Amino acid sequence: MKLLTVLLLSLTLLSCGDKKDVSVSKPGGQINGAGATFPYPIYSKWFNEYAKINKDAKINYQSIGSGGGIKQITEGTVDFGASDSPMNDEDISKANSKNNNKILHIPTVIGSVVLTYNIPGIDKNINLSSEAISGIYLGKIKKWNDPIIQKENPDTKLPDKEIIVAYRTDGSGTTFVFTDYLGKVSDEWKTKVGVAKDVKFPIGQGGKGNEGVTGLVKQLEYSVGYVELIYALQNNLKYANVKNTEGEFVSPNLESLTKAAEQSVNEIPADLRQSITNAKGKGSYPISSYTYILIYENQKDANKGKVMKEFLQWALGDGEKFAKDLGYAPLPDAVVQKAKSIVTGIKIQ
Amino acid sequence: MNTLDPGKEIKSRKKAGDIIFENITLLFALILVGLVVYIAIEMFLDSSESRSKFGFGFIFSQNWDPVKEDFGALPFIFGTIVSSLLALLISLPVSIGVAVFLSEIIHKSLRTSISFLIEILAAIPSIIYGFWGIFVFAPFMRSTVQPFLSTYFGFLPFFKGQIYGTGLLTASIILAIMITPIISSITRDVLKAIPVSQREAAYALGATKWEAIKMALLNARSGILGGSVLGLGRAIGETMAVTMVIGNKAQIKDSLFEPAYSMASVIANEFAEASGSLHISSLIEIGLILFGVTFIINSLARILIYSVTRKA
Repeated sequence: MKLLTVLLLSLTLLSCGDKKDVSVSKPGGQINGAGATFPYPIYSKWFNEYAKINKDAKINYQSIGSGGGIKQITEGTVDFGASDSPMNDEDISKANSKNNNKILHIPTVIGSVVLTYNIPGIDKNINLSSEAISGIYLGKIKKWNDPIIQKENPDTKLPDKEIIVAYRTDGSGTTFVFTDYLGKVSDEWKTKVGVAKDVKFPIGQGGKGNEGVTGLVKQLEYSVGYVELIYALQNNLKYANVKNTEGEFVSPNLESLTKAAEQSVNEIPADLRQSITNAKGKGSYPISSYTYILIYENQKDANKGKVMKEFLQWALGDGEKFAKDLGYAPLPDAVVQKAKSIVTGIKIQ
Repeated sequence: MNTLDPGKEIKSRKKAGDIIFENITLLFALILVGLVVYIAIEMFLDSSESRSKFGFGFIFSQNWDPVKEDFGALPFIFGTIVSSLLALLISLPVSIGVAVFLSEIIHKSLRTSISFLIEILAAIPSIIYGFWGIFVFAPFMRSTVQPFLSTYFGFLPFFKGQIYGTGLLTASIILAIMITPIISSITRDVLKAIPVSQREAAYALGATKWEAIKMALLNARSGILGGSVLGLGRAIGETMAVTMVIGNKAQIKDSLFEPAYSMASVIANEFAEASGSLHISSLIEIGLILFGVTFIINSLARILIYSVTRKA
C-alpha cells in the first residue's frame, strides 16, 4: 500500500516535472478531483458547462466514493476532493497537518435518501414515522400491519406480511445520511448500531449500490430499502412520506429538501459542516444532507487555484440552476452566500 | 579427438544464445514469483494492526461491525468456500457432459459453432451476470426453484426457511454458470488429446460407445481435475456477480436460501469507503486469508492431480 502510494506519487511528480513548461505557458492545466459518486452527474455537467465559459478549465473528476475522495485529498494526490458527509475532526486535523494547510468544505447541492418499498396492491405513497423506520431497521417491527405503521396510514389496509429489509452493503454517503437520521431519532439505534458509512445492520440483506438495493426491492415482495432520491425519481419507484419533527408527513422533493436546509441555516457553523437530518421546521423532509467539495485554503499552484476559485464561484452562482433538472436540490441563498465567502477566502500563492 | 565429439561442438555453439534466452525466461519467471511474494508480504505488513488486535481469533470470529471496530472473518470464509465448492459441484457434471458431447458425440460440422457459443459465456463480464442474476434469475429462483426445493427437500436444513430469491444458493448457481465454459473447454481439449488409436482399440475389443467414452474420461481425469481447479479459482475470486446476488449479510446459517457474504465481495464493497485504519487493516487481512485459501486449495488440487496421474 505505502510503496504503491509512493510509486504513484513519484510518477505523478515525474509527470508534473515533465509538463512544467507547458502548464506555465497554458494557464490552468489539468485539475484533478476525486470523491463522492452521488453528485457525479451534476459535477460532470458543471465541468462541461464551465469549460465552455472558461477555455482554460480542464477539470477531471473520478467518482470513486466519498471515502476515497477524503483519502486522496489527505494524501495530496488530487486538487480537490468530494464527499457526501463532512469530514470528521480527526480526518481534518490529519489532512491539515500532513499538507501544512487548511481543508475547506464547500457545500454544492443537497441530496436526500428515500425509503422505497414493494407492497403488492398498494399504489399510493405510505406514511412512515421515525419510530416505524427505526423499528423496521432494528428488526423490532416485523410485519407491515404492525400498529406503529398502520396507525399512520388510516386509509390504507396494510398486509399481514413480514417486512423484508434491504440495505446498502457498500460503504456509502447514502448509508451515512440514513444512519445519521436514525441515530438522531432513536437512542437504541445510536448505541446498538451507530452512525457510519458502513454499519452492521441487525436485520435484512444488502444490495450493492443504489441499483443493487433497487434490484432487491423490485424483486422481493413486501420489501423495503433506502436509496437516493434521484434514483427513485429516475426509476419511478414508490417512496414513503416521512414524518418530520413538526409531525407532518413530508414527501421528499426538491422543495422539502431546500426547506430542511433553509430552516437549519441559523445554526450552521462557520465551516459549514452541518448535518441537516431530522431538520426542524414546517415542510422539511428529514433525511437529507449537503454534499461537499473539499479543497485546501492555500493553493500552491497559482493557475489551478485560480481556475478552481473561479469555477466554484460560478458553480455556486449560475451552476446551481442546473441542479433541479438533474434531481438535486439547490442550496438556500443564505448558504450560497456563506459558501461563496469561503471560496473568496481561498489563497493563491 | 575433441573435434570428433559432435555433441560437445553443438553444445558450445548453442551456448551463447541459450544462456541469454535462459536468463531472460528466468527473469520473467522470477518477476512473477517476486510479484506473488511481494503481494503476500505487503498484505501481511498492512494487516499488522488487525493481526495484533484480533490474533487468530480473527479467523474464527463471526462479528463484523465497522462502527464498534470489531472484526472477524469467519462468515466471509464460509461464504466463499461454500459458494465456490457448491458451484463446482453443480458445474462439474454439466461441464463433463458438455465436453463429452462436443468431443465424442456431436458431428464435426456443428462442433466449432457450439463450442464457440459455450466459450462466449466465459467472455460475458461478471457485472452482467450480476445484473442478470438480480433482475432475472433471482426472481425465477424465488418463484420456482426455491419453493420446489423447500416443498420436496424441506426436511433438509439446507432448504429451510424464508425464501428471498437471492442468497447463497443463487450465488452458487450463477458461479456454476460462469465456470462451466472454463471446465468444459479444458475437458474437451483433454479428451481430444487422447489418441484415436486408443478408442479404436477399445472398439476393436468390442467396447460399446459408452465404454469407450468411460475409458477416455478415465484417461482424461488429470486434465479434468486441472480444469476444475481453474474453475474453482475463478469462483473463489469472483466478486461482482456474487455480491449482486449473495445478499451480503455476514452470517453463517444452515439454509442455502439465507443471505451470506464472500471475502472478495466485502473487500470490494467496503474498501473504498473504509475510514478507520483498523477497518482497512482488517479488510487487507481478509485479502491475505483469501490469498491463503486460494493457495491451499491450489496446493491440494496439485497433490490430487499428482496422485491421480501417478496411478494412471
